[in-house]
Amino acid sequence: MAAESIGWWGVPLGILAGTLRGSAPFLFVSLGECLTEKSGKINLGLEGTLLMGAMSAYAISYLGSEKWGIPSSISPWLGVLVAGIAGMGMGFIHAWLSQQPKVNDVAVGIAMIIFGSGLAFYLGKPFIQPQAPQLQTFELGGFFTNSPALQSALKISPLFLIGVALAPAMNWFFKSTRPGLFIRAVGDSPDAALAMGVSIKKVRMLCIIAGSFLAGIGGAYLSLVYPGSWTEKISSGQGLMAVALVIFARWNPIQCLWASLFFGGAQAIAPALQAVGIDQGYYLFNAAPYVLTLLIMIITCSPKKTLSGAPGALGTISG
Amino acid sequence: MLNSTNWRKTAEAIAIPIGALLFSLVLFGVFCALAGKNPFEVYGLIYKSAFGNWRAFQGTLLRAAPLMLTALCTALPARLGLMIIGNEGALVIGGLASVMAGLVMSYGSVVPSAEQLKSVSGLPPIFVLLVMALAGIVAGGLWIAAVGALRHYRAVNETISSLLMNYIAIAIMNQLVGGPIKDPGETIKASSYALPDIYRLTNLPSTRIHYGLLYGIIVCAIAYFLIQHTTFGFAARTAGGNVKAARIAGLPVGKLTIIICFLAGSCAGLAGMVEVAAVHGRVNESLVAGYGYTGILVAFVARYNPIACVLVSIVLGGILASGGALQRSLEMPDATALVFQGLVFLVILYSESLYGRLKIFKEPTPKAPVMSPPSTAAPAS
Repeated sequence: MAAESIGWWGVPLGILAGTLRGSAPFLFVSLGECLTEKSGKINLGLEGTLLMGAMSAYAISYLGSEKWGIPSSISPWLGVLVAGIAGMGMGFIHAWLSQQPKVNDVAVGIAMIIFGSGLAFYLGKPFIQPQAPQLQTFELGGFFTNSPALQSALKISPLFLIGVALAPAMNWFFKSTRPGLFIRAVGDSPDAALAMGVSIKKVRMLCIIAGSFLAGIGGAYLSLVYPGSWTEKISSGQGLMAVALVIFARWNPIQCLWASLFFGGAQAIAPALQAVGIDQGYYLFNAAPYVLTLLIMIITCSPKKTLSGAPGALGTISG
Repeated sequence: MLNSTNWRKTAEAIAIPIGALLFSLVLFGVFCALAGKNPFEVYGLIYKSAFGNWRAFQGTLLRAAPLMLTALCTALPARLGLMIIGNEGALVIGGLASVMAGLVMSYGSVVPSAEQLKSVSGLPPIFVLLVMALAGIVAGGLWIAAVGALRHYRAVNETISSLLMNYIAIAIMNQLVGGPIKDPGETIKASSYALPDIYRLTNLPSTRIHYGLLYGIIVCAIAYFLIQHTTFGFAARTAGGNVKAARIAGLPVGKLTIIICFLAGSCAGLAGMVEVAAVHGRVNESLVAGYGYTGILVAFVARYNPIACVLVSIVLGGILASGGALQRSLEMPDATALVFQGLVFLVILYSESLYGRLKIFKEPTPKAPVMSPPSTAAPAS
């Protein structure tokens, strides 16, 4: 079966492929945001962190293989690591600033979006042209089918699989470990945490930095896997949508996984339709994830009660 | 009139933002030095190309005009305790609506035929511009009022929803100029039809500054009066201070939220009208120029004071205006302006924690003599 003969089946296939390819950034950022919000702080600036991650991963992957002589199978992984570290740097700024007296964490997030994207565009300017080695993918399609369309749809990145494994791991961490309990205590009732002898500042600092590490890796996925290049338009609000996604997922890492897959699918609608020749409403279908996020927030939020599962100290969201 | 407490408070409110701006300039200098540029050369160039002479200063004022309007979109709801950042979206929707209104007024259709293009209606320009401004105001206002309504009726976080609506607004604009209202004659960039020259916003006499600057200053003055000197403004500030207390006092919090959001959005919508009627003449992707995001920063630096918004817009507008010169003379990427804005924003937020903590601005307490506590004064004993 050739690619052309797939015809209308290309639409669901395209959406499936897009889901497998495009949901990893949502997944990493939402897990990072989930960890951050569990400790009672909100980090709206993960959009900036995502861009910093995407830029630094691409730059290191390129420099590593071209300038430092690292094999091109290893240098992308070095890029992923550096993206995480760059994310931690951004996280440190956010954590320190948002814990100053009278400083609003939502406002810090807005500032970090501007600062992070500015820094990423500034430092990333020389890397727009060159082609960096990409992360390898598992070609699962070969086992099931000979169709090239299906095979290209079923390319799965190991980074995505790590993200999928991370969701239940984080769930277990929150539910069954001592540090997980401390984080939940700090987020739910800081007074109780204080009585347990836990340093609220330190826990929040660590959670925000770890969450930003994950967001940085989500950025690395953008530039090294899919779409797999570095441009100034590489992130189209994924970092921001992930914040809303965490509300939808009720601060549960497992549900973050399902929600990320759902968002990845929504994002793939416009390209899938375009692939079979439907150009009508391309921009509107492209806006589907934003509309979806807004609709989900309208449905799930309620003025009468705080949301179930919301960390008690999370002032801004549980309102 | 001024007692000493007021005097100190005012001094604090002026000195801290200025100090923060200066400190972020220093940080920016360090950034430039790290990037291998001479910071003093950068400062000199910014000053020269933003405020150096009358011609340069006109360019600064041109950029300040939309900024002071978009700043109000964040500043007004902030007085009610809402953090709305949908400025860019409201600007785009306002610009879109006013171009469509303007085209209908001049040609009788949004997609005029060849014959219609030849015959511009003879309506007086002032009337057409007024209708265009109204269209921008109403469209931008409704756009942000929806955010306020969602906040009030569904408790949807206004920061996230307004930011999402920016993306949706840009998608709507792209969709419309890409098809239904597209001018097939314009091949470089998908655009709407152009407004006829007689219905464009003109310049102030013997300058290249358009009347939009006047709109901005007048609207900021009205906003200041509304917030500081009317019962409506007092009610909004009360509700912003403490929602529960305002509810108990019988203030209609929901109505206040939606009205303030409408006013906020209408300011950004007017900014969109100014941009299309004075600068672009049509609506296309150039309308998404980041004025909305810089407007958020202006509102924060001005501490949500509409009059201060005018001054801060001029300062930041000047720095934006110098971006081109930095790019040309020093070969710095255009993202430099974004880095600078981010630095200013972070420093301004940090400075929030300084209010009431700096000794110079504290009321001297005459009763207790200035003395260090014994624990630190005599550690040896």
